[in-house]
Amino acid sequence: MWQLLQIELFKIFRKPRTYISFGAIAAMVLIVQIALKFDGQSYIEFLLGSLKDTLDIPYNTILNGYFVCFVVLNLLLIHIPLLIALVAGDEIAGEANMGTLRLLVSKPVSRTQLMLCKFAATVVYTALLLAWMAFLSLVLSIFLFGTNDLIVARSNALEIISRNDVLWRYLAAFAYATVALTTVASLAFLLSVFADNSIGPIVSTISIVIVFTILSELQIPLYDRTVKPYLFTSHMLGWKGFFYLKTDAEGISIPGTIENLPAVLKSMSILLAYIFLFTCSAMFIFKRKDILS
Amino acid sequence: MDVINVSHLSKQFSDVNAVTDLSFTVKDADVYGFLGQNGAGKSTTIRMLLSLVRPSAGKIELFGLDLLRHRKEVLQQVGAVIERPDLYKYLSAYENLLLFAKMSGLRVQRRQLMEQLEMVGLAERAASKVKTFSQGMKQRLGIAIALIHNPPLVILDEPVNGLDPQGIADMRNLILHLSRHLKKTVLVSSHLLNEMEQIATRMLIIDKGRKIIEGSVNELFDPAKTIVEASVNNAALAAEKIKQSQWAGNLQQVNEGQLVLQVHKDQLAQLNKAMVDMNIAVTGFKPGHSLEKYFLSLTGTNQHVAAFTN
Repeated sequence: MWQLLQIELFKIFRKPRTYISFGAIAAMVLIVQIALKFDGQSYIEFLLGSLKDTLDIPYNTILNGYFVCFVVLNLLLIHIPLLIALVAGDEIAGEANMGTLRLLVSKPVSRTQLMLCKFAATVVYTALLLAWMAFLSLVLSIFLFGTNDLIVARSNALEIISRNDVLWRYLAAFAYATVALTTVASLAFLLSVFADNSIGPIVSTISIVIVFTILSELQIPLYDRTVKPYLFTSHMLGWKGFFYLKTDAEGISIPGTIENLPAVLKSMSILLAYIFLFTCSAMFIFKRKDILS
Repeated sequence: MDVINVSHLSKQFSDVNAVTDLSFTVKDADVYGFLGQNGAGKSTTIRMLLSLVRPSAGKIELFGLDLLRHRKEVLQQVGAVIERPDLYKYLSAYENLLLFAKMSGLRVQRRQLMEQLEMVGLAERAASKVKTFSQGMKQRLGIAIALIHNPPLVILDEPVNGLDPQGIADMRNLILHLSRHLKKTVLVSSHLLNEMEQIATRMLIIDKGRKIIEGSVNELFDPAKTIVEASVNNAALAAEKIKQSQWAGNLQQVNEGQLVLQVHKDQLAQLNKAMVDMNIAVTGFKPGHSLEKYFLSLTGTNQHVAAFTN
């Protein structure tokens, strides 16, 4: 199994397409960082809206590495599924398209093992992509902008998190994001089993994510109760929960707490259930599939 | 010993019967020619032998083991090139070989891999990306991959497709080398019958997924059943003269401007002389002594099968 996983990782990281994602993330993060470095004040004024007149916080305090990382995560985590689908959707369909799938399956390795290793390699790729994003958006931002308390805008208030209470929240958020994006990867992986060309599963995955995201964002009571709780896209932004703190009786945030941990854990469980469902379905179907490519 | 034993194998795709009730055996050290026109069911059968396609019915045993129950053990003893060997184009020849050697469970040294590449004439291009290779080079690399774990059974599906004449000759020599010197059992499918005629020891011809005929090349290609197409000026008159001669029993068919006779290969010159002696104006004399004609007659219509086998 370990050798098979090494082979799959070797193939992924020797493929030029893999590095498009790393390059795209670097470009996007740098663009955001440059924009905030040179015109961060305008962005913060826009973000605060009418609050900027009543708050007495210097913009230099708000604009720090932690804040920049939060902005980057907000902007990019919606778009990263496209980059994940690019590799995950290619895992089986790409091999079928190249004609190498028949060679792989005719080797003395079980189809289940092959699928498990391919999926594990996809998860490693997803995790590395997020680690790369974490390095650029958190480490590089801290280097460029320094650290200070993190101010997070919520719908009805501002959340102020002490600088000493931020780092673990980012680690948790990136771990959560890895699970969320692995859900997308497992969907692309499942769709990849049905196709002989990677374009189909990549486009289908993105289409499903877009449609589900729209449904998740629609403010229609009927959907709120019947559909939204079951869509994986409704839970993909659950990482934000790590940046919402419990408050005491006087409304003061309590450091080291999470406002609604059970909701975050529930969302994560739903995502894990989707991963299990998509991956098991992919393996079940692939095991019975006639390889005709 | 039966290396491959296929019994009553069938495969149905939706409403298409790709293979129907196919049975055959391949014995140790055979070069087994698996012949049929495009779409005859050769590739589907080979894919079932490699567990790429699940049979709808029937049984496959390789080395006496049931393929479905002992898939891993069986496939460890098989090397295959299925249609064109599409490899990882972004990897080098060496990396492709290494990768598939590892997939076969081997712990190989660089020296072994280079020896394998040397055998197929690719040692000097070991570091080149496969995307720069010609079809012939890819085919040779595919063979190297199929043989890296030294399997006793080699399955080659249409190995000469897309090759130039030199590539075809090289492939022919390689198959003969595998059989004669390395003592491997080879199952090779093709629709190029002249090639099969030169390398196969036994053959199976299938058409529309059904077995037409199976046997040794010597049996199937009996010299006593050589077909001659003689072009003549007046076919009716020439036929009358033939019917009144000792060759009457050899006359098979009378076409416009042509007589078709079946004779022993050794009697060709004698027949030619006899026709001249009978004052038949022969303008062409074409012995149909090729497996291709035989194959086309078999797959063209089953009436010819009856004529041949009777």
